This record gives sequence, C-alpha cells and structure tokens, in this order.
Amino acid sequence: MKKLLEIENLRVTFPTPRGDLEVVRGISFTLGRERLGIVGESGSGKSMTGRSILQLIRAPGRVTADKLVFDGIDLLKQSERQMRAIRGARISMVMQDPKFSLNPVMTIGEQIAEALLTHQKLPRREVNSRMLAMLESVRIADPERVARLYPHEVSGGMGQRVMIAMMLIPEPDLLIADEPTSALDVSVQAQVLDIIDELVKRKGMGLIFISHDLNLVSSYCDRILVMNTGEVVEECRAGELMAAKHPYTRGLIASIPRLDETRDELPVLDRSAWAKA
Amino acid sequence: MTALSLKNLDISYGDVQITHDVNLDIADGESFALVGESGSGKSTVLKAIAGLAPEWTGEITVLGSPRGHGIDRAFSRQCQMVFQDPYGSLHPRKTVDATLGEALTIHGIGDRSARIEEVMTSVGLDRKFRFRFPHQLSGGQRQRVAIARALMLKPKVLLLDEPTSALDVSVQAEVLNLLKRLRREQNLTFLMVTHNLAVVSFLCDRLAVMRQGRIVEVADVADLKRGDLKDPYSRELMQISAAHAT
Repeated sequence: MKKLLEIENLRVTFPTPRGDLEVVRGISFTLGRERLGIVGESGSGKSMTGRSILQLIRAPGRVTADKLVFDGIDLLKQSERQMRAIRGARISMVMQDPKFSLNPVMTIGEQIAEALLTHQKLPRREVNSRMLAMLESVRIADPERVARLYPHEVSGGMGQRVMIAMMLIPEPDLLIADEPTSALDVSVQAQVLDIIDELVKRKGMGLIFISHDLNLVSSYCDRILVMNTGEVVEECRAGELMAAKHPYTRGLIASIPRLDETRDELPVLDRSAWAKA
Repeated sequence: MTALSLKNLDISYGDVQITHDVNLDIADGESFALVGESGSGKSTVLKAIAGLAPEWTGEITVLGSPRGHGIDRAFSRQCQMVFQDPYGSLHPRKTVDATLGEALTIHGIGDRSARIEEVMTSVGLDRKFRFRFPHQLSGGQRQRVAIARALMLKPKVLLLDEPTSALDVSVQAEVLNLLKRLRREQNLTFLMVTHNLAVVSFLCDRLAVMRQGRIVEVADVADLKRGDLKDPYSRELMQISAAHAT
C-alpha cells in the first residue's frame, strides 16, 4: 500500500521560563489510506501531533522531524503560502467544538461554499449544487433550509455535521478529526461518526481520529496509537486493544465504567509508575 | 423519607414549555439519575430545582419543605448544584479560597479557614491549592473545587449536571470514585443528569429516562445492568451505549 503520510521522530517544543518543554517527544508512524486512531489523556500530545501535520503550530512553538512527508511533499519545507494550498484541499481537520469553530456571522451555506471556492474556481450554480449535495451526504434532511441558517440556529450535532461537510467538500486525501464528537451526546455521536466513517470509506481517504475515548476509537479505526506524555507507548490493531500490554493502556481501559458495572471503586492511574522516564 | 419530590412540574422558558408533568420521588440517601439526549429537558429540571429556571408550575419539595420561586437561603443550605463544565463554572479571577469562602460569607458562617480546609481535604485537594486560581489547576482539580464549593454549606442533596462529561476517562474515574465516597461518608442524596449510562450503572440506584420533556420510564439500575428496560426509547439508548462499550 502506498504511504500517504510518513512521520519520523516528530518533536514539538515550546519554550518556557524554566527551559524548553517538549510536548511531543520523537514519535514516528506511517499512514496509508486507512483509519488510524490516536488516544491518550489531555496533555499527552495527541492534538499537537495532529496540528503539527498541518503546520498549525505557531512560534514560539517549534516542530522538528527527521521526516514529515505527505504524499511525496515534504511538509517541513513548505512555505506558508504553499501550506495554505494543502490545508483544506489535501489535508483537512475537523475540530472539537462546532460552537467555536464555525463563523457566527456567515450562513452555513456561505461557509461551506467558501471552503470549496478557496481552492478552485467554479461557476456559482455548481458551487451551490455541490454544497447542497454535501449537506445531504452528512444526512441533513432539508439542505436548502439549513444552508440559509446561521450556526447559532442549529443544534450541536447538526453544527458538527456542517463542519464535517465543510471539511470534506474540497475532497481531501487525509482527514484529521480532533475529538470530533466530544461536545456531543452519545446518540448523536454515533450518527456523526458513522457519517465520517462512510465518507472516508467511500472516497478512500486516510483518517486520523484523535480522541480520549478508547471504546470509540477501537470501534471506528483499523489501527491505534496510544500516547502518553508526548510518546507513543503502544501501537496495536483496533480489535486487539483489549489485549493491550502497556500498563498505561491497561490502566486507561480499566478506568472506564461499564454498562453492567459491579466494581465498587474504579481503578485510577498511578501516574508515578511510568510518567517521567 | 423523601429527600426530593417533584409533582406535576412544568417548566418554561418564555413561551416555550420545556418539561411536561414531571413527577419524581427520590428517597433520602438515594442516588438517582436522569438520562436522555440533549434537548430532552433533563438539565432544565435540575435548574428549576436549583432556582435557575424560575418559570415553573407544580411542586418542588426538598426534605419536606416546599420550594418557592425566589432565592431561598434555607433551601441553599439543603441543596446545592455541581455544573458540567469546570472550565466555565469557576470564577476565573477568584482563588479557590475566595470561591469556597463566598458561601460562608453570604450565610454569615464563621470559622472560615477551618471549614475551607476541611472541605478541601474531603474532596482530596491538597492545601497548596488553596490560594491558586482556576487556570492554575487541571480539569479534574477544578471539578474537585466545584464539588467542594457545593459542599461548603453541608447540604443534604446534591444536583449533579453531567459532572464528568468534560473530563478524560482516567480523570472521570477519579471524580466518580470521589462522588461515591462523599455520598457514603456524608449520607448525601444525588440527583444526577447524564447521558452516559455506564456512569449511571456505577454511581446510581435508580434512573429516569426523559424524552422531549417527559419522563418515559423509571427503572432500577439493576434492570439497566440486566438490559431490562421496557420503553422502546430507553432500549434504543441502551443499545447505542452497549455498541460503544466493548
């Protein structure tokens, strides 16, 4: 399988008054046209990994890597202008919270159309029909009405579907979904993930799904990286997550309450055991 | 004895009626969950009890005394609320000490320092956090402060609005253990709103499923564990949760 993304020894550093803080510490992985999950707690560096692929880490933060290659393009050598042509069109990112990520003073239709027009010139009629078709493919029942609404007029689940529509309309090769459903209800969560899953499969895209929810990641991905304090501590097939070996992964799995919970107390992570190597 | 009883509770925001005819009886020392999807009115019920949604008709009774529509100090001492988002519910320019001490000042209670330290110890916060601001704390520590704030007046009933949904699974486990321990030690009654059925299974005795402002089913958690809910909508919720839990 041809590699879509190759990362070797990726490091992200932020300067602090007490010296440099390395939040991603030398991670390496490759991605084909498959679904990769990155899990870990807050502060484990999983979002920073996603952002560094898109070169979204601003000074004074620094990104270094021995290799950061997307489809033959060395992302570290791209100028800001060249990166803008890649962002959205080739790699796009679904953010966590639709409330803060959509433009409040533009209608939903305009925003989705803008995502498309930024990257290609198209006649207005075609833009409009593609925008409506995209809204329909994220299962919005009445796309013409919804296109005229503003973000505050739709629910969280619908807002997230709008964002997915916006990210997928330029037909990128790689989608990075950073906690795409953390702000949503369980019932809506499943719907949104099914939509992402279906579109990713149909268009043969690569997906990086960043989340702290192990169960969710294991049911929607092929492969999983578990991150802790900026390092990948475990890599496994999604189906084998429950057989994970690293104490950190085992600790995370054990701390999730179950539907038929019988334990009187949930085990919590003993961070002293492996944090600070 | 019933700790909390709701009779024919209809809550409105302006012209829109949010809940219809909600009836609940929660026993003293019980842990009760309200579950349902967003927009089902479950958080609104908590807000009405706490006095944050004053447009209601019906009856709200806490520990035998009915609640009025206005601010009620005696009520505040009996019943307190913990909010969903610890990043939003603490005042960013008040230290932990000021946040915890405010309730004591309002109610004219002395012995401030000792009471603050006592509550901080009971929620597992080290003394060194006492004069820090919320932005200097992690999400789990902030939620501990929010719980400590609710416990300052030694209430009997705690209203919990999705207390762990903004937290990571590992931190969620810590906060859930804390809530369970506090309930045992201080003999608290919980009314918790959540959409996570696994959390209900861990922490609660009974649950009510809400949909479109109505309670469609009240069941024992034992029924939930057996997968024995009756209403079709409750079953649907249960199946979605089961599909994601491995």
